[in-house]
Amino acid sequence: MNPETIQAAWVRITHWINAGAIVLMVSSGWQIYAASPIFPVIHFAPGMTLGGWLGGALQWHFAVMWIVTANFLVYLGLNIATGRLSRKLLPISIESLSSDLSAALRGRLGHADLSHYNTIQKLAYWIAIMDIALLIVSGLAIWKSVQLPLLRTLMGGYDNARIVHFVAMSLLLVFLVVHVIMVALVPRSLLLMLRGR
Amino acid sequence: MMLHQKIVPISSHAESIISDARKELGNPTRRLLGKQVMTLGGLGLLSGCDLSTDTSVNMMLRTMSGFNDKVQALLFNPQQMAPTYPASMITRPFPFNAFYGIDDVPDVDSASYRLQVSGLAKGKRAWTLTELRALPQTSQITRHICIEGWSAIGHWGGVRFADFLRHAGADLTAKYVSLHCVDNYWTSIDMPTALHAQTLLTLSYDGQVLPPQYGFPLKLRIPTKLGYKNPKHIVAISVTNDYPGGYWENQGYNWFGGS
Repeated sequence: MNPETIQAAWVRITHWINAGAIVLMVSSGWQIYAASPIFPVIHFAPGMTLGGWLGGALQWHFAVMWIVTANFLVYLGLNIATGRLSRKLLPISIESLSSDLSAALRGRLGHADLSHYNTIQKLAYWIAIMDIALLIVSGLAIWKSVQLPLLRTLMGGYDNARIVHFVAMSLLLVFLVVHVIMVALVPRSLLLMLRGR
Repeated sequence: MMLHQKIVPISSHAESIISDARKELGNPTRRLLGKQVMTLGGLGLLSGCDLSTDTSVNMMLRTMSGFNDKVQALLFNPQQMAPTYPASMITRPFPFNAFYGIDDVPDVDSASYRLQVSGLAKGKRAWTLTELRALPQTSQITRHICIEGWSAIGHWGGVRFADFLRHAGADLTAKYVSLHCVDNYWTSIDMPTALHAQTLLTLSYDGQVLPPQYGFPLKLRIPTKLGYKNPKHIVAISVTNDYPGGYWENQGYNWFGGS
């Protein structure tokens, strides 16, 4: 590996596969949601959805779910195997969290060294990782609520699994918005995720 | 979160990108790859690729749906029962759902009604309602899950489909059972699901004769499958090894439709 490389090729590849796949999952998911909205006040404009109709959206959702899941497992597996997870995303201490949080609130949290994540970043990436895991598990519970009774029970039953899936999707969107804003504020991080340094 | 970062001039990034590109261009295989990638991108633009209408994309999605049929057949455990519920949890009123409105529900005459059995079956070919009601009856309170996402708990009674297939002398090693309805709806299921203990040839709803809106005179209740795999007003059953498809399945719903 090039000594200057901050993001290994596998990190960049899995990142962009995930980014594309999540966009397809969310937009097809919104089309599926439209067939029977959980919250009557929440609607998604047809122009933002994928699949054209329920059947088309389900085809997209159940095709791309394999890409999201396989990519997530590769990402997580390589993070653990290479030690990146403990090196980059740990440790998170209460002290560092509170000092970084107060620095961020005072506008004094720097991003000068992109090879190192501050505690708020670490926490945000952990939330994203856990949230994608929750999306996969709740999605499986909806898809196979009879065949996977353990997941169904963990999610509080079939109907509740849909709510968990929706809330987890919403949380991922919040992460995405903050993530993109931060990239706009620190454009070098986009270069880093494209060329590794 | 506001930041105070050291401002690195964009020009320094540009220089490093150009120097990287020069290095890559020195390598002939990399140059060829670059050319190929650009050609692919150009083709994509020229074809006006639209994800919703592109036929090759649709082909790929159909292929994946077929792959998901196989995965679901592997996941399907004949011993795994769908959860059952107490009578207090029955959804009242149980929703009516069809590909037409409630005013168009077919009116079937019980005296002239016959259930036709065809295909790979050696037994009785035409069944009256009286004959079906004379077979051993059972009932279940299970959750109906619609492909749209909603679900409702209902109380169905009738004959275990596995028992009926045996009475009809069906070849239980055949791959499919197709079901045809008086309203021209049709669907088909895999044999392992047909033989599942909770797959029920339904004649009653909540202790009453199955009402028209829930599929009089005969519905196939399959709590291990989504709603569109639970046909109503059934008039013909065929046992076959040739893939029969279905009304919604031929339009793109997943064929296995398991839950």
